[in-house]
Amino acid sequence: MLEVLSAPWPWYVAGPLLGLIVPLLLLVGGKVFGISSSLRHMCAASPAPDSWKPSFLRYDWKASGLWNLAFVFGIALGALLAVSLLGVPDAGQSISAATRADLAALGIQDFSGLVPVELFGWDRLLSPAGFVVVVIGGFMVGFGARWAGGCTSGHAISGIANLQLPSLIAVLGFFAGGLLVTFGLLPILLG
Amino acid sequence: MTTEKTTEWTALLAFVLMGAYLGVIFVQSEVVSWFRIQEMFRFQSFHMYGIIGSAVAVATLSIQILKRTGLKTLSGEPIELSPKEWGDSRIPAARYWMGGTIFGMGWALLGACPGPIFALLGAGVSVLVVGLLAALLGTWSYSVLRSRLPH
Repeated sequence: MLEVLSAPWPWYVAGPLLGLIVPLLLLVGGKVFGISSSLRHMCAASPAPDSWKPSFLRYDWKASGLWNLAFVFGIALGALLAVSLLGVPDAGQSISAATRADLAALGIQDFSGLVPVELFGWDRLLSPAGFVVVVIGGFMVGFGARWAGGCTSGHAISGIANLQLPSLIAVLGFFAGGLLVTFGLLPILLG
Repeated sequence: MTTEKTTEWTALLAFVLMGAYLGVIFVQSEVVSWFRIQEMFRFQSFHMYGIIGSAVAVATLSIQILKRTGLKTLSGEPIELSPKEWGDSRIPAARYWMGGTIFGMGWALLGACPGPIFALLGAGVSVLVVGLLAALLGTWSYSVLRSRLPH
């Protein structure tokens, strides 16, 4: 019976289920679907003294952000539940053969699990590629999401669904940046 | 425990459950995978486009229904969706395309946007602790530089 639930769920099942989170959050809590704000709330909630915090991080995070922190905690919990019951999906195996060939040409050999072990591992953090992917990549995600005022959830899903032109511009930026890295930086970094 | 406190905890639990719903979808549809993000940016599969596209379609339709029926939240509040503000920079939409491009670069490198960072942590990819700390450092750095960046 669990077989029917095993990954990868086809897009026409996963996408609509994902989209339903928008009305669900609005109806249950009056909240707009967005995830990257949780990073700001975490900074605001950090035990650093107030005098160290820039004004953007001094606000009542419990009032505006507690729901968001509970929500992202839930995301981690749901993921834990999924891999415990159904196993870690071998996404590297289910991607298209063309992508596998392209990545193999860049030196990726292990296509098991969700992320390539050549780049993601505690022992890879000190290698140039592992450092850039995890540390620089993570930094840019946090910096860029706040500058743009949202991430994939807040702009690509909530923003566009609410017909916001700024969100469409942000999403075009997401793609410009992603293509720049995929076709410009990664071949240098991994080559 | 007072009634007010109980309501607060019930509400938080509801958000945890909705997050968990999302976490399961994130993992089982493989959108949390670095491999899938590469496949998307290389335009080699419809998978990610189908997911984002159909999610947007369902969300758009839902918002229209909510707006037109004037439905209220469970606690009886009106549903409000504030518009995304245009910035005050002389460069048009500066924050959206500049911040967006930086975010997109990070997305392609890390292979995860903020939601999947938390999902990967839950799925046991422990090195994402470092990715999350780096994202927090990025958020903090933006907060420091904010007044000097075009918006």
